[in-house]
Amino acid sequence: MFGDYSLGDLGSIFVMQGFAGLILFSVYVLMALGLAIIFGQMGVINMAHGEFMILGAYVTWMTSNLFQAYLPGLFSGYFFLAMILAFVASGALGMLVEWALIRHLYKRPLDTLLATWGLSLMLQQAYRSVFGAREVGVELPQWMLGSLHVTESIEVPINGVFVMCLTVLITISVAYVMYKSRWGRQVRAVVQNRIMAGAVGINTEKVDRYTFGLGCGIAGIAGSAFTMIGSTGPTSGQLYIVDTFLVVVFGGAASLLGTIASAFSISQTQSTLEFFMSGSMAKVLTLLAVVGILMLRPQGLFALKVRK
Amino acid sequence: MINSRFFNRSELMGFIALAAVLFVILPLSLDVFRLNLVAKYLTYAFVALGLVLCWGYGGILSLGQGVFFGLGGYCMAMFLKLEASSVENTKIQSTPGIPDFMDWNQITSLPLFWQPFHSLTFTILAIILVPGVFALIIGTAMFKRRVGGTYFAIITQAVAAILTILIVGQQGYTGGINGMTDLRTLRGWDIRPDHAKVILYFVEVVLLFACIGIAQFIRLTKLGRILVAMREQEDRVRFSGYSVANFKIFAFCMAAVFAAIGGAMFALNVGFMSPSFVGIVPSIEMVIYTAVGGRMSIFGAIWGAILVNFAKTSLSESFPQLWLFGLGALFIAVVLAFPNGLSGLWADYVQPRIDRLFASRKSKPDWKDNSVADGAPAE
Repeated sequence: MFGDYSLGDLGSIFVMQGFAGLILFSVYVLMALGLAIIFGQMGVINMAHGEFMILGAYVTWMTSNLFQAYLPGLFSGYFFLAMILAFVASGALGMLVEWALIRHLYKRPLDTLLATWGLSLMLQQAYRSVFGAREVGVELPQWMLGSLHVTESIEVPINGVFVMCLTVLITISVAYVMYKSRWGRQVRAVVQNRIMAGAVGINTEKVDRYTFGLGCGIAGIAGSAFTMIGSTGPTSGQLYIVDTFLVVVFGGAASLLGTIASAFSISQTQSTLEFFMSGSMAKVLTLLAVVGILMLRPQGLFALKVRK
Repeated sequence: MINSRFFNRSELMGFIALAAVLFVILPLSLDVFRLNLVAKYLTYAFVALGLVLCWGYGGILSLGQGVFFGLGGYCMAMFLKLEASSVENTKIQSTPGIPDFMDWNQITSLPLFWQPFHSLTFTILAIILVPGVFALIIGTAMFKRRVGGTYFAIITQAVAAILTILIVGQQGYTGGINGMTDLRTLRGWDIRPDHAKVILYFVEVVLLFACIGIAQFIRLTKLGRILVAMREQEDRVRFSGYSVANFKIFAFCMAAVFAAIGGAMFALNVGFMSPSFVGIVPSIEMVIYTAVGGRMSIFGAIWGAILVNFAKTSLSESFPQLWLFGLGALFIAVVLAFPNGLSGLWADYVQPRIDRLFASRKSKPDWKDNSVADGAPAE
């Protein structure tokens, strides 16, 4: 399969496919970060995570429409406001869901899976009723269009670079919040031992609610980033949910570093393979490889050694 | 056998009620079109039955039952498709004698893995063995390494995703997103006219009762008790010297085989098979049927499959918008409010009243009127 290309061509192909993979990687990481917090830290299987992401995408779409209609002068900067709005909207919905649904189910993790699946069906139908069944796409501001010419045969799109920078920024802030801040310490304490955390004066219910809200909020930002590279429909979130769960499980559920590493390897494998075969076969091979590795090493790439 | 009787009294009543409805009431009261719809619902009842064993008793939640349903269904559909694409029927194709979708995809000879499906015996064996062996491989790989619970659920879900993408992607070999349509005859016997549909319905119901018998047998023997013990206290069972993994693999394989029988009956009754019955969404819907009916009750799960599908058909006929809301709300309600589903409600509210009715009839006939009045509002 390599025979038809010269060495220089192959190099360019790998770089450009690698870069396409990096954009996929960004969406995976943003999706998986939220899920790693909710699933890895809290043990809740949130099947509605994709729908939280799509909520963020719809919020971004609405913001861009509003800016186009009322503030065309500021259109080039709409994305930053949209991102914040997406975070707030998804986070608020997440906290509501935690209060109404999830908090009753902490002792039954498999049932959270079923209940949040029901939730995701309802959200999908809600999107379909409100926004219509057709996919919508946002218009990118002028400065995000076009691409950077690195060398003669290699060019990278600017919106891709932007999404990647965003991902790095958000990953660093999440890592800071989880591992350095006082609140992050409380979250980890509650996860490790709920009863003892409560005994030393941490308000565990509040921590749970905000943790779930944070995870969903990050999904909202992922949705914002998602609008730059694809169009949004009511069921777009469902397409990513299995991939995202595999990313989290493959990385080792409780480890943020593992999540990033697995998102990187999965997205790169898929995007490199996509060049040489059809998209569906590339996906099948990637998923098969992940499932195969998980069968050999069920604890994932980066497992914390915990005595249970 | 531990129990001297195969069914206790309430199970016997459930059995008689189900048999009466499926063998007598429905065939007499419905027209052939509706009866065929019931036959379609019942194919999911096979899956639900398997899930009772594997999820309700064994505590193993599989989100990949659609895979086994699909494997069984595709095995059957491949046999039927080959018979439907005989040389006379496919004269207009550029290569006569191969299924039409292969011809459309520029495939000129029958692929090797299609060849054995000319034989009905092989097909029937394959319906049982292909999903069974596949489940054995997945189960062995997962349970021997003590992967369970949520991880197992997610990985089975990924398997469902992989198989769907594969079927859709390999259009020339599998019929792609449209699936295998236009299935006509089984060994020369036309499966499409009304009388054939009625016969197939009864064949399916008989098979379903055979599977109920097997499930009930498993439940009553020591095996069933070990499954329950394993679900409650896995470590204790392991320390007692049982191989937990082997029992889990067994339950998972049984569920897979039941699902495959359902899938094969689906291909026969509905007349086509497509990847939309294999993927993640149908797999989770199958779990919904079981949860609604009651994950701990064999008869409850079958009722769940029939009722949820009936609701789905009637709701989506009249209010297509509401169906997903209804299904989602139903699911949340079942998980939050009554985890044991319909059969749990029955056991909590209806069964005691019936018991009282029987008890009072036997001992104190003069209380009879009183208890009937009690029982009436609960229905």
